[in-house]
Amino acid sequence: MKFHSQKVAWGFFATCMLLFSLQLIYGFIMAFAHAGFDGLHDWIPFNVARATHTNLLVMWLLAGFMGSAYWIIPDECNRELAWPRLAWVQLIAFVLTGVAAIIGFHFGWWEGRKFLEIPRPLDYLVVIDVMLFIANIGWTVWKSERKSTTSMVLFFGLLTAALLYLPGMIPTDNQTVDSYWRWWVVHLWVEGVWELIMGAILSYLLIKLTGVDREIIEKWLYVIVGFTFLSGILGTGHHFYYIGLPRYWLMVGGVFSALEPLAFLGMAIYAFSMAKKGGRTHPNRVALLWTVGCSFMSFVGAGFLGFAHTLPQVNMYTHGTLVTAMHGHMAFWGAYAMLVLGIITYAMPLLTGRKLYDHPTAGFAFWSSNVGMTAMTLAFAVAGVSQVVLERRAGMDFLTVQKEVEVHFVGLILAATLFTAGISAFVWNFVRYGLPTAKVTGAQQSTTQELAPEPLPAVAAARG
Amino acid sequence: MLSKSAAKAFFLGGTALCSTVFLGLSYDTFQQMPQRTNAAGLTASVIRGKHLWEDKNCMGCHTLFGEGAYYAPELTRVYERRGPAFIAAQLKDPDAMFPGQRRMTNYHFTDGEVTDLVAFFEWAQTVDLNGFPAKPSLGAPAQRAASASAQKKPQIFSQLCVTCHSLEGTGGTVGPALDGVGSRLDAAYFERWLKDPLAVKADARMPKLPLDDAQISELVTFLSAQKEMPR
Repeated sequence: MKFHSQKVAWGFFATCMLLFSLQLIYGFIMAFAHAGFDGLHDWIPFNVARATHTNLLVMWLLAGFMGSAYWIIPDECNRELAWPRLAWVQLIAFVLTGVAAIIGFHFGWWEGRKFLEIPRPLDYLVVIDVMLFIANIGWTVWKSERKSTTSMVLFFGLLTAALLYLPGMIPTDNQTVDSYWRWWVVHLWVEGVWELIMGAILSYLLIKLTGVDREIIEKWLYVIVGFTFLSGILGTGHHFYYIGLPRYWLMVGGVFSALEPLAFLGMAIYAFSMAKKGGRTHPNRVALLWTVGCSFMSFVGAGFLGFAHTLPQVNMYTHGTLVTAMHGHMAFWGAYAMLVLGIITYAMPLLTGRKLYDHPTAGFAFWSSNVGMTAMTLAFAVAGVSQVVLERRAGMDFLTVQKEVEVHFVGLILAATLFTAGISAFVWNFVRYGLPTAKVTGAQQSTTQELAPEPLPAVAAARG
Repeated sequence: MLSKSAAKAFFLGGTALCSTVFLGLSYDTFQQMPQRTNAAGLTASVIRGKHLWEDKNCMGCHTLFGEGAYYAPELTRVYERRGPAFIAAQLKDPDAMFPGQRRMTNYHFTDGEVTDLVAFFEWAQTVDLNGFPAKPSLGAPAQRAASASAQKKPQIFSQLCVTCHSLEGTGGTVGPALDGVGSRLDAAYFERWLKDPLAVKADARMPKLPLDDAQISELVTFLSAQKEMPR
């Protein structure tokens, strides 16, 4: 690691591991309830498990993005963070706010608005916390003499993500208006500015892992985020079809959201071609596997499966069915979960000075979780398509159809077990890496250090 | 070959253009919002119902306008489908209504809160959703065949009874199918049963439903007429 202040990234990554593990437990609770085993209903009813499951996801991904920024920004800017101690304070405040929200959900302290269930007083704490984070990152970039495209795209992605949290807090008495603003947060995050963050982190990882010239990688970064916004902003219309908004959103949302896969396809081609082009073989091969895997799975999950039900004619029947769960699971996994796991895999040897990337469990974590998630997606797909045909097309009763698809949730539980085995291996590896005690190498003089052979601080530290 | 500055210009230009169009359309959307969402129908009771909907996180299991979770039924047209009496009974004692089925939490709503939620659902179906939810089209022939006899079906039967029982292949599967039930049981039994199932059979799983005498006599006549088809 180059700078002392990068150590705070480890704290955020450890938070990710903890929250992600909890998220899986709540996923199992829901899968069992869907399969007909709702023994926990009196203590953790479905709506509590659901709010907890999705909010844990959002929280650990945000923790992952913040950790990534605290790792990448000093490296890219070639200086220590502006206020290293503030970063630790901000981490602790973030965790406390998140834990308070999760506990609150179990006692009915929430806002029943999908994905934005965090109660209002805690929303304000989140806003303050994120402002501290943005200030810390922003000031570091501002004071740096080296403003790389990667760091600027990352910074603006994080800044706009923070700003887009605010529309979700606009009060209204009209359910349609409520939904309208809710999608400003949810859609413009995951199919908008989060993709800036994703693009920047991918670009950083590709620069580090493939050794391809920064200028080429960053040029394509602009093209990809350009396609993202070209399709994603007006693509918000695909949430506006059937919630009480004008009919022209069917046309606008349909056309532009149908272009969204192009951005993800671009991302996949970008990662694959850079990885192929890379002249030097970085020893941390599993980090490159996560990076390239992320671009591929996000194309399948977010791009392809999103396209599968984004057209208004199809969405008329799939809207509000398990088909959405099919797309949602692989999209979040591919685009954002794998991205965070990728940067953790890249950064951990440098943070801790230990070199565990050749260990068989590292490869097992990747393959087991990806095969597991693919199988989960298939289980959701069969259940979802059955629901669409039986309930929406043939008019069968809701509960009757749910009983018909129960068996697919048994399949889902088996697939999720495989997924969990992979994630357990990942978390176990994280624990084995230990605390961030690697030697700090300090700022480098050359701004083109990517072209020079990497000094492998991990190996040096292990020897020393 | 594309230069980095051209790529940057593409990104900034595209983003600015799309954002402008998005904001413009959003402005127009808000102009149309009051009419499309029947904002005039947002009474104090509907608004209280909306906030109850959020306070109990109903969206954590159900969908409304197709938004929410996929564990419990879509409620956009529940007012029309089940009627206010059923919704009230369900909200008052969820465990009684679908015995042995997927469970809903009992939130111990007061009568006033039940009225507010019913008002909210009544408002929800007045919003123009561009045709959502679509009528099931694959089952159309079966429905047309059934509609020949449907003329005589009492409204209360189509709202309440079919939630759990089926007739001519449409309806729920919680209770037994009612085809030919008029050949097996007589009118006096139907009347006693509908007044209070538990008084007839101590371990009955069907709840006592909010039916008045006129509705009961209407249902007794209808059920008695459901004779076995001659083979």
